[in-house]
Amino acid sequence: MIRVNNLHKYFGDLEVLKGIDEHIHPGEVVVVIGPSGSGKSTFLRCLNLLEEPTKGEIYVDDELITDGKVDVNLVRRKMGMVFQQFNLFPHLSILGNITLAPVLLKKMTKEEAKKRAFELLEMVGLADKAEAYPAQLSGGQKQRVAIARALAMDPEIMLFDEPTSALDPEMVGEVLDVMKDLAHKGMTMVIVTHEMGFAREVASRVLFIDQGVVMESGTPEELFGNPKNERTKSFLSKVL
Amino acid sequence: MSKWFAELAAVFTKCFIRKNRYQLLLSGIGVTVKVSLLAVIIGVLLGFVIAICNLSKNKVLKTIGGVYTDIIRGTPSVTQLLIIYFVIFASVDLEKWIIAAIAFGINSAAYVSEIFRAGILSIDKGQTEAGRSLGLSASQTMTRIVIPQAIKNVFPALCNEFIVLIKETAIVGYVGIMDIQKAGDFIKSATYEAFMPLMATAVIYYVLIKLLTSVLKIFENALRKSDVR
Repeated sequence: MIRVNNLHKYFGDLEVLKGIDEHIHPGEVVVVIGPSGSGKSTFLRCLNLLEEPTKGEIYVDDELITDGKVDVNLVRRKMGMVFQQFNLFPHLSILGNITLAPVLLKKMTKEEAKKRAFELLEMVGLADKAEAYPAQLSGGQKQRVAIARALAMDPEIMLFDEPTSALDPEMVGEVLDVMKDLAHKGMTMVIVTHEMGFAREVASRVLFIDQGVVMESGTPEELFGNPKNERTKSFLSKVL
Repeated sequence: MSKWFAELAAVFTKCFIRKNRYQLLLSGIGVTVKVSLLAVIIGVLLGFVIAICNLSKNKVLKTIGGVYTDIIRGTPSVTQLLIIYFVIFASVDLEKWIIAAIAFGINSAAYVSEIFRAGILSIDKGQTEAGRSLGLSASQTMTRIVIPQAIKNVFPALCNEFIVLIKETAIVGYVGIMDIQKAGDFIKSATYEAFMPLMATAVIYYVLIKLLTSVLKIFENALRKSDVR
């Protein structure tokens, strides 16, 4: 579904990604862990070209998206993204947030989009908040709306960039529950997170990224239970 | 005391009632309002274009925007009005007030563009990223997500600019247009009374701006609808 070949990313002279090769299959839940500044968020943001890779290729559904020839906007419609800071549109109601893209991009009529929005809000447990504005919601509620907003475009893949890092501890669970739900429904997901319990429970594969390379990759059992790489071992000993 | 009132009434009659001089002020209000209104429209539209130029990555557009703002802010508006009226539009057959409004619009655009630029820059990058990640194009993200929020943020600054602009139009007398200021001035010269006509001029401007402020306040409150907690 997503194939990444030899991905490099520089910010100025700083090499953040130093050659990443990955293959994300349909239905996989890939959890990316690693220390701060390791490049894991940059890797995720390269997948939908929010960051432009300096070198290397990314294929989505066998289509090369890094050669500058594809319509980036069309590629992004297949990929939903959830941000650490939620990034809801504060001037629009919750319903407005969810229906904006599908209606504007002519994917659905206003009525269809509204109906779909209510289904999604039902799914994330916020149907009663449809008319509210983002400023009226708690962090956890905002993030659940952000997930619903991304799902409204019916993406094939969902990218999560530290979705619970900006949340108060008591709100982390409600967001993770929605994500688990999504994973059980077979959504392909790539998740950058520090929630090791969640990774262990939900991931089909865990990537440990450090210093811009994938140091180790495997099932949660392999990676958490029997890490082979020294860096992985030392990182896990600090966070577990 | 009653004598004092009687004198005041006499001066009032002399200044405004005799020869129907109040009509000068009334038509002056009309002129000030229409010049200001057209100038605001030109200022906002042109100011928006200049702001986009200033924010653009295109070097040519950026330079155009920069030079425009630099020149307009660096010269007095009276000078700009005179140049536009007597040089640039010298041989163009347009109504006087329209030329004046264009001059004020061009002037205001420089300030409005800076207000818009600051407003657009004040919106968090995450908003743009969220829009783009949903598949919206750069211009869709700009018009549907960034600009509505930017306008809300800069609305008070924009109102301030409108108020400054209305008062600025008091210099149109320089090109022989009879606005409120010119009408008051004219009455002063015709009656040799300074106090009454100049006070009337001040009061009229004050009331106009007070009215505008209250209308804009209603708009601002409507814009703040999404801020409720």
